[in-house]
Formats: sequence, C-alpha cells, structure tokens
Amino acid sequence: MSVVTSSKARWRWKQPSVIPGFGLTLGFAIAYLSLIVLIPLAGVAWRSAALGWDEFFRIATDARVVAALRTSFWTAGLAAVINAVFGVIVAWVLVRYEFPGRRLVDAAVDLPFALPTAVAGIALTALYASTGWIGQYFVDWGIRIAYTPTGIVIALIFIGLPFVVRTVQPVLEDFDSEVEEAAATLGASRTQTIFSIILPALFPAILTGFALAFGRAVGEYGSVIFIAGNIPYVSEIAPLLIVMRLEEFNYPAAAAIGAIMLIFAFIILFAINLIQAWSRRRYGHG
Amino acid sequence: MGRADFRNPVSESRRAKWITIFVAGVFLALVLFIPLVAVFVEAFRLGWGAVLAAITQPDALAAIRLTLLVAAISVPLNMVFGVAAAWAIAKYEFKGKAFLTTLIDLPFSVSPVIAGLVYVLLFGTGSFLGPIFNSAGMQILFAVPGVVLATMFVTFPFVARELIPLMEDQGTGDEEAAISLGASGWQTFWRVTLPNIKWGLLYGVLLSNARAMGEFGAVSVVSGRLRGETVTMPLHIEILYNEYNFAAAFAVAALLALLALVTLVLKALLERVYGRDHAGAVRH
Amino acid sequence: MEVKVKNVRKEFDKFPALKDVSLNIKSGELIALLGPSGSGKTTLLRLIAGLDFPNVGAIYFGDQDASQKSVRERNVGFVFQHYALFRHMRVLDNVGFGLKVRKKGDRPSKAEIERRAMELLDFVQLKGLEKRYPNQLSGGQRQRVALARALAIEPKVLLLDEPFGALDAQVRKELRRWLRDIHDKTGHTTVFVTHDQEEALELADRVVVMSQGRIEQVGTPDEIYDTPNSPAVFSFIGESSKLPVSIENGQLYLADRPLGLDAKGVPDGEGQLFFRPHDVEVVETGETAIVGTVVVSRRTAGTRQVELEVGGAKERVEIEIPVDHPATSRSRIAFRPKKWSVFAG
Repeated sequence: MSVVTSSKARWRWKQPSVIPGFGLTLGFAIAYLSLIVLIPLAGVAWRSAALGWDEFFRIATDARVVAALRTSFWTAGLAAVINAVFGVIVAWVLVRYEFPGRRLVDAAVDLPFALPTAVAGIALTALYASTGWIGQYFVDWGIRIAYTPTGIVIALIFIGLPFVVRTVQPVLEDFDSEVEEAAATLGASRTQTIFSIILPALFPAILTGFALAFGRAVGEYGSVIFIAGNIPYVSEIAPLLIVMRLEEFNYPAAAAIGAIMLIFAFIILFAINLIQAWSRRRYGHG
Repeated sequence: MGRADFRNPVSESRRAKWITIFVAGVFLALVLFIPLVAVFVEAFRLGWGAVLAAITQPDALAAIRLTLLVAAISVPLNMVFGVAAAWAIAKYEFKGKAFLTTLIDLPFSVSPVIAGLVYVLLFGTGSFLGPIFNSAGMQILFAVPGVVLATMFVTFPFVARELIPLMEDQGTGDEEAAISLGASGWQTFWRVTLPNIKWGLLYGVLLSNARAMGEFGAVSVVSGRLRGETVTMPLHIEILYNEYNFAAAFAVAALLALLALVTLVLKALLERVYGRDHAGAVRH
Repeated sequence: MEVKVKNVRKEFDKFPALKDVSLNIKSGELIALLGPSGSGKTTLLRLIAGLDFPNVGAIYFGDQDASQKSVRERNVGFVFQHYALFRHMRVLDNVGFGLKVRKKGDRPSKAEIERRAMELLDFVQLKGLEKRYPNQLSGGQRQRVALARALAIEPKVLLLDEPFGALDAQVRKELRRWLRDIHDKTGHTTVFVTHDQEEALELADRVVVMSQGRIEQVGTPDEIYDTPNSPAVFSFIGESSKLPVSIENGQLYLADRPLGLDAKGVPDGEGQLFFRPHDVEVVETGETAIVGTVVVSRRTAGTRQVELEVGGAKERVEIEIPVDHPATSRSRIAFRPKKWSVFAG
C-alpha cells in the first residue's frame, strides 16, 4: 500500500493524510466518471459545435423546436408551482399533525422516485382519459385532460411531487418552536405567524424544491409521452423531439436540441447552488 | 381562531388541521394513490390468468431477463464507483472537491433522453467510436451494451450521493485509529469503514436498483426495440400499450409497481435503522 | 403591573412540574426565579406568559384573572434563552414585528413603527445595526435585539428565560449590569429565570429559590444568602459546609463533644449544622470548637481552602482560613463558624 507523500511546494492541492488509497480511489472515480458521464456529454457539445453557429441557430429557432421547448417549459413550470404549493401542505401535514396512516403516507411520498415512469405514464393516462375514472367527470365540464397539455402537467406533478416535500420536510422538522412562541407573545395570530414567520423561513427550501422539481420536469420523458398525445405545436415536448430526430437519424438536429436542454440543466444546477449559498449566508442554514 | 384553543399558541384549530389534512389527502389521492391502485385494477381486469399469461409470454420473459441482467451489471459497478468516490471525497481534503461532487450529481440534472442521446452520438453513424467497435464485431448501439451504458449513466450518482455526506459526517477518526494500530488500507476498509456505512450503502443500492429496473427514456433511445433482444420491461410495456394490448401492458406494469412497493417498504425499514438524517438525500 | 400566582399545579404527562406554587410579584420589581434544572422555574415563567396553562390554580395580572387569556392577549414581553429571533427579517423588522401584527385600529403607521423600532435599538445600544440579519450579529447583540423586540409591545410584564445562558462569561457580566440599567429606566415588572446564583443575587430585587416543583424561599438577596430557611436553599446558594449534629438543651454536640454553638431554637434531637466556609474563625485546639484533621490544603488566590476530617465519624468539611496559617497535612485545626444555621432532621 503506497502512502501518498506530500510535495514540498507551498501550494498543495491535497492535505497530507495517513489514510491510504487516495490515488487509487480518486483515480478510479475520475476515470469512471469520465468514461460514463463526462466524455459522452462532451460529445453533445462537440456535435453541436460541429454544426456551426448558423446551422445551430436555424435548428434552435425552428418553429416546431421552439413550440416544443415552450411546451416543455411552461408545463414544467406550472407543475413545479403546483408542487410547491401542495408540497408545502403535504410536508406540513406530515411534520405537524398526528393522524392514522401518517407513516404510510410519508413513505408513499417517495413513490414517484420508485415507480418506473412508463408505469406512471400509462396509469395516469388510463385515469385521466375522457373515459377514465377521473377524466370522465371533467369531460362533463368540457375539460379534457389526457392528450392535452393539461395531461402533461398532471404527469409532471406526479414526477416532481417528492422534491418539494422532501426539501421542506427536514427544515420544518428542525424549525425552532420557540420562534413561533416568540411571535405569539408579540401578539401575532396563528395565521400571521404561519404566513409572516414560518413560510418565509421555509422559502429557501421551497425554492430549492421548486428548482429541483422544475429541472426534473423539463427533462421528463417516460411518463409524459403516454398522456401527452404528442400533437406537434400543441402537446409535443422537447425530449420527444430529440427522440424523433434520432429515429430519423438526424443526429445534428438531435444534438442541437440536446445542447439547448443541457445548457438549461446547467443553469438550474447553478441556480440551486446560488439559492443554497444565499440562504446559508443570510439565515445560517442551507 | 376560536376561544377553545387559546391555550395552545403554537398549533392550529382542529378545524384548520383537518381541512389541511383533507386537502393534502385529496391531492395525494389524485396524483399518487389512485394511479397506483389503477395499475393493479387495470392489470387484473381480465383476471389472474391473463396477468400470468402476459408475464410468462416469451417476449415478456425476455424483457424480464434483460431488465435483471442490466441491473445486475450496472448496480454493482455503480456501487464500486460510489464507494471509491465517497472514500476519495470524504476521507481527504483536496482542491476541486466541491466541483467533483457537482460533476457526480450531473446525471440527476440531465434529461434521461439526453443520457441516451449521448451514447447515440458517441457510437452511432458518423461518430468516431462506432466504426471502431463495429469493425471489431462489437455492436454497442441498439444492443445490450448500449442499454447497460445508458442505465449506468442515469443511475450513476445514487450510491455516491448517499455515501459522501454519511462518510463526511463520520470523519476520519476511525480509519486513522485503525491505521495507527497497524491495519492495512484494505483491512481498514473491510473491518472499520464498511461496517460503518453498510446501511447507507444498502440504501443507495436499493434506490439505484429501482431506477435501473425502471428506466425508460434513456434506454428507449439506445435500445432500437428489438423484441426479445433489447427490450426491457418498461419498453415492453410501451410496445404492448402502443399495440392497444392494455391488459398485458398493465400486467407487466403491475409487476414493476410491485417492485416499486417493495423498494418503498425496504427504504422505510432502512430509514428506521439508519436514520432519516442521512437517508434524506433529495435528488433522486 | 402586579402579578399573583395562586396555588398553581402543572403536570406534563402526569409528571408534576409544579406542585402548589404561590407567588406575589410586586409592580416594578425585578425578580429572579433561581433553581437547578428540573426545579420548575421555566415552567412557572411559561405559565405566567400564557405559553402553558396550569392544571390547577390561577394567575392574576393586577385584579384580572389572566388564566382565561391567551398568550396573545396577555401582552407580555418574553425573551428566550436562544433568542428566537426571526432569521429572515432584518433587525429593524424583528423589533417592529409586535407592532406590525396589531389589529388595524391599533396599528401605528409604517413610519411610526420604524421610528419606534429605531428608538428602541438606540436604547439597547444597537444603533447602526438595524439593516443586519440576526445571523450577522454576535450572541450578546442578538439578545439585545430580542429584548428590544419584547419591549416594543410595551409589555405589562417582562419575562426572561435564562437570558444570558447561551453567552460566554465576559458578555454575560456586561449584559447583567446593562439589564439592571434597563430595568431601572423602564420600570417594567420583570421576572427572569436563571440557574446561576451569582446572577440572581447580583441582579434581582428579590430571589425565588425553587427546587423540585416547589418554592423553597422568597427573599432579598441578603435574606437568601444570610438566612436560608432550608437545607436545600443553604446548599444551593453559595459555598456551604454541613455537619450532622445532635442538639441537647439548646446546644450543639458533635459525637458527644460540645461545639460551643447555640441551636438557635431548634428543638432537641438530631440536626444539621450549615455554615459558609469563609465565615469561620480559627481558635486554639483546647477550646470548645469543631476540631478536625487536615486532609487536603489548597492555596487559592487570597485564602487557604482546607478540607478537614471531623470527629471519629468520617465527616468532611471545608473551611477557608488565612494564608499565613500553615495547615500542614494531618495537623489538627479547631474552628468555630461565625454565622451558622441549624435545621432539624
């Protein structure tokens, strides 16, 4: 077993340690990471760069691509907003209230993480189709859910549900009840305490959960394609367009749309890190 | 707020409480519970026999076999990676650690379709690597290796994600003590570190496995859907569904839903032995 | 505002935290609830605030029965040990919060709230920090914000739960004096909880010593220190030494030897002698006095602390004697307490 010796240089990139295996584990981790993730991802950048700017721009501004991106973004945004609202309510109920079946519900919140997306997709479609258990009641009101953008939103709510609940839940659990008591001694009503003390304190967690749910929803494919109806310009999502271009062996176009979505994913990742850094700086917690 | 509960300054009235529980319940029922129940109801619409027939049909069996094979390859590999990465990141101080952690998280932020796309671009026509493997007689794309690679990509961070915070919390004291007592690196890992992280490791493996068996988007891009060869269970569901063979589609779906339920039960059990604090990693 | 606690009993899951406690707090008084953890002092404070409610008994604010009022309606200023500041609000908004949540008719204008909050921040010597977030302040500064926030609602009573408990010794001393100042300027009826006797004795007009859910003694710091009324108070307040004695004809005896000390009215029988280690005089070994063998002798700053083995019984007492006394190991020392208390039992 080799012990890593520290160099005499003033700037050292690793602190010395008596624990062996640094070179082996880091080397393996980086090699594996590069082979499975980094090099393949770089391929997308390389392929879209090979297109040249004009060609890339032409693909990116193609009416159908723009429509698909727009659909992806607004449905994901709406679903994430709905999840932010109901996720907080669910987290609240799980943390604050005792009721029969609480543990079961708590465990079930993770179902969207565990249930394959294709299964969720066909189940939601069966339910929200105009003949389905739930869909039929909406048809009476003239509302169709499956095979419209509304259906996409339903699928994305399912996919994103655990994110807000699971980011808000621990913060709410750790919330100091003395702070609520302080508000009460100062004369605040329960409603005032909830809306001007507790919810603002949860805000960074809600925002993080929202961003995670949004990021996941924009890229979601499996559950959406069954319920969306996939009508071009109406209920066609960007990931589906990538799949279609690939099936036409139009790899450059697929790479270009993929690159746009990747850039977006990086922005989301960056935003989440910003939110957390900001919240740590201001509130002293993440 | 009514007079009845003036004695309790930090809780809501009973009415507000039950209304909130009701709202949460209706929401969860609509997006979570009813869809889950629907899977099983739709599957058993034609009875047990039909379900059995659907999952013992040759294509279905081939799909089940492939799904198990893919998980059996990708999960252990990701486990080894996860342990190595967590060891390097948690047990040492070095520059660029935060960046490396972010890179490991990357696959969670990327659309599954893109996970497939990257391998198509890497091995497909017009690529640099494709022809090399082809001339060596190895088919990657639209074959089992492609399916495995795409699955590895999407399940890549699970184990590492779970172990890094856990091992960072545990610090390096135990390992340093073992080394100072004369243990070798491997002895230290097997006898000291592994017992400390076993529940976290199992947790990561569990989540990694659930995703590996259920992945749809990434696999659908690279599979080519050759029946009996490159079709996994989720893809098989799609094929049956698109052929309007709903009962059979739901029968296979029920099998996967069962897997999800088992995963959730095991997960809840693991959280009990190993504590929610660590098991709370959100980015799945 | 005068506060009366009448025959209050409070149980948590059948465990009695307070057993039949009564207390009168005079208007404008600064009073300390002193006791070890689990003595019920914080519970009593929370009952006065209306954060908890008694199972039996009542609490009066002036002539009004406050027991039927919620914490919101009682208008008390409460300062928590860990500050309980609103982390997402600036210091200024923290202080103004109590005014901002008032009902429409009673609520001052925005500008007026801001003006009063600034005034209070000036009062607690935090001018210039109003735009900071609590996270950007030191512990002592946070506690000042918490106090300003409590004062903003013009409370009838100011209640502080271990207000300096989370601060380091230096800041603690400083804030103690400052709190006394503030109290003298505002004249609020103030109750604070502490387990630190030094803090209680230095700061309070009257000290309430609590133990195991009961009030042991209420009195001025001098009364509490000089004439403790029970063994519990004596051993809890200040340094104390204790010896089991017997009482005959109003005189104290240790293992049949007279000590030359009066029993102070305690009836004949078994008893316990309490005295302060520093309140003793060394006498010649021939006199009637407590005689012991030196076991441990420690020189501390201005005095010598000596542990003595007394009598045939293996009792040990500690006394403080002048440093010029040699107190060599195994030597014998005779002493008499200058002040002492005797309790039967």
